[in-house]
Amino acid sequence: MPPLRLLFLLCSVLATAGLTGCGADPINAREGAREKIFLINNKAEPRFLDLQRCNSVTEHHIMLSLYQGLVSENRDSDKDVEPGMAEKWEANADKSVWTFHLQKNAKWSDGTPFTAHDFVWSYRRMLRKELGAQYAEMLYLLKNGLPLYEGKVKEEELGARALDDATLELTLVGPTPHFPLIACHTSWWPVPRHVIEKHGGIYDVMNPWTDEDKLVGNGPFKLKRYLFRQYLQVERNPHYWDAANVKLDGVRFYSIDDDAVEERLFRRGQLHATYSTPLSRIPDYLKNHPDIVSNYTNCASWYFRVNTTRTALSDVRVRRALAFALDRKSIIDNVLRARQQPAAGMVPPMAGYTQVKEFSFDLPQAKRLLAEAGFPEGKGFPKFNILISKNEASRQIAEAVQAMWRQNLGISVGVTQQDFSVYLTSQQKLDYDICWAGWNADYFDPATFIDMWMTDGGNNETGWSNKDFDQLLADAKQCADAQERLAILTKAEGILMRDSPVLPLYFGTRTRLIHPAVKHWPQRLLDNPVWYHLDLVYPPPASSMDAELNRN
Amino acid sequence: MLRFTLNRLAQSIVVILVVFSLTFFMIRLAPGDPFASPKAMPPDVRKVLVERYGLDKPLAVQYFTTMGSYLKGDLLPSMSYQGMWNSKIIKDAFPISLIIGLSALGVALGLGLPAGIIAAVRKNTWLDYGPMSLALIGICLPTFVMGPILIAIFGLKWRLFNVAGWFEKTDWVLPAVTMGLIYAAYIARMTRGGMLEVLNQDYIRTARAKGVPGWRVVLVHALRGGLLPVVAFLGPALAGITTGSFIIEKIFNLPGLGQHFVSSVFNRDYSLILATVVLYAVLLVAVNFLTDLLVAWINPKVRLS
Repeated sequence: MPPLRLLFLLCSVLATAGLTGCGADPINAREGAREKIFLINNKAEPRFLDLQRCNSVTEHHIMLSLYQGLVSENRDSDKDVEPGMAEKWEANADKSVWTFHLQKNAKWSDGTPFTAHDFVWSYRRMLRKELGAQYAEMLYLLKNGLPLYEGKVKEEELGARALDDATLELTLVGPTPHFPLIACHTSWWPVPRHVIEKHGGIYDVMNPWTDEDKLVGNGPFKLKRYLFRQYLQVERNPHYWDAANVKLDGVRFYSIDDDAVEERLFRRGQLHATYSTPLSRIPDYLKNHPDIVSNYTNCASWYFRVNTTRTALSDVRVRRALAFALDRKSIIDNVLRARQQPAAGMVPPMAGYTQVKEFSFDLPQAKRLLAEAGFPEGKGFPKFNILISKNEASRQIAEAVQAMWRQNLGISVGVTQQDFSVYLTSQQKLDYDICWAGWNADYFDPATFIDMWMTDGGNNETGWSNKDFDQLLADAKQCADAQERLAILTKAEGILMRDSPVLPLYFGTRTRLIHPAVKHWPQRLLDNPVWYHLDLVYPPPASSMDAELNRN
Repeated sequence: MLRFTLNRLAQSIVVILVVFSLTFFMIRLAPGDPFASPKAMPPDVRKVLVERYGLDKPLAVQYFTTMGSYLKGDLLPSMSYQGMWNSKIIKDAFPISLIIGLSALGVALGLGLPAGIIAAVRKNTWLDYGPMSLALIGICLPTFVMGPILIAIFGLKWRLFNVAGWFEKTDWVLPAVTMGLIYAAYIARMTRGGMLEVLNQDYIRTARAKGVPGWRVVLVHALRGGLLPVVAFLGPALAGITTGSFIIEKIFNLPGLGQHFVSSVFNRDYSLILATVVLYAVLLVAVNFLTDLLVAWINPKVRLS
């Protein structure tokens, strides 16, 4: 009977299946520490490996190992920078023209000399519509950046010039005292012209120059292996200008999106650093394994967007009532439990910046405002929905807030969950009432949290518009004095909070599990690993989880 | 036989065409789009992307150009993972799902068949009740419960296997067992049912009367007939098992095809959804086509009807 024979054939196939397969090199955290290969979960699969197309934290953390900009974030301080491809730099009196002097031994990872012309070419590439770079607007800060993007001027007129092979001059649209901090962002980093042109069209998304055997960078590491959906591994770049001071021999980025899975991998000794920690396990780790868990504030603000074009929500008193009725501390203590800070305004604490402290939990105030708006005790208030994406933490927060608004204000609220991509589209189309959202700083400056709310800004998504606010943002951009500029931004945030198209809830923290072998994990506001500074010690020092982490 | 084969072949092609068309149009009706990102995309950038993937053209044009590419064997590039070809994604992922699936099948048959046979032969004894109760639990226990239980015991407690990933030669074991146990339960119950029916038939009694040894009656005479329901079940199940399970691949973080099935839908990756669905349809149709041929070859009555 043939089917029966087929079954037996199948069984013999299985016997061999066990012996083949599984291609990737096995490595655990202990071996990794010995061989100086850092194993980290990076949460998601990169959607691009073309530096200039990157738009997410996932890609950013990989790019930090493969590339380097003119300057890098300072390894010890959030509000400072340290030399990158530029060994020193200076600005003119009003801080609108910056001159960078490149490292003497600067090279690409294939050994090709690295020059200031590479920067100029990269900025011109980024500012072409054909490339489709989402962060191109960061370069509008360059003189003629926007006109070039719109095709109104020639490439040569862009405010980026190579004075010679080792000197780069950047002319900006206006005074920008904090420019070095901005230049830490990936959009200001170089891409290898000689490699891109060799393998295909400069703007072609299918140009294979980012393949594992072709990619060339200028960072402390270079691409070694990329197994889609398994891991991406980088290895030491011997041509890096400061290669002698790089401590690790490689980094392996995993793309595990489930926090329960990454926690299990960590406990099995297969990871040096997780991306996050399951919400329900955080209190236990904080209490029993403080040496393993790394809990630190990151520069992130979490809030509700309010669709100001919806009837009842268009009334500022209603929005403010909703904001005053949020018991932020209770949500942090009972739902999140990872030492987040209640947010009274939009901008997280940043050195030198005076935060706006608009909202606290103030029930009488909330009730009074709601009554003034014509809904005493919530009577007659139309039912509305909180939009969230499909994710456990969002759901728990939304439900807590739902209960608060019902009990405190007597208004009835629903919760709608959508697939992440649908949730994003709904926000863009203003197809929601109130929406749960968060924002991570792109660079270390309050403007990254305030600029987004300007009239018709792509990330505004609330329908809110205020002329005074827009004017203050424009003023801040023209202000050469750092202190004064921050004061203007505070004023702008004040207007934003008074009008309340956003209801701030809390400032985020990161809770990662870090293996005891790891040295110099940066507990930084921007949460960017400093790959050239990180180190692993072997044998790993004793820890409260040795029984689990170091057994094989 | 030739006419029958051609007939079935034509049907198969129609089925695949229908699946292709339905998938193509239905994903475009769903809300959301493949380029959504947390930071708003400037309209210019969006326009570049939309044009690059031909999404600005009329739907009918898109439909026919896509079909043209598929006929040439080109599965187009992915829209979410830019710079990636769908054919490469599938080529990397499918073998992994295949290995896990076939191993799971081995586990299922290795446990399910003996359990079912013994239960049928020793009907209404503890050898029947024991395995059958376990099988019932196996059917009821979903993989997302079974997986973490196995991981907790064999991965974290006894540290025999990795808890997730696709690195070492033993990494197929836990996922295959998790998946296999569920199928083993089904197969055990099916085998038992099939065997019981056959064991009561006249020719079995005849065999015993002739003095054929007991084990030979069971394994040679009865098993052939008793396995028929299992074989009928395995044909179509094969396509499902080997194209990967989203849950298993998620729990064990395996880079298989099952994850793409689901995540491509979440990402609204139009071209990858189409590629995975069409692949699944082709496999399913092919397995059914072969099964039909096999049955027709064994049983002439089917051919004539």
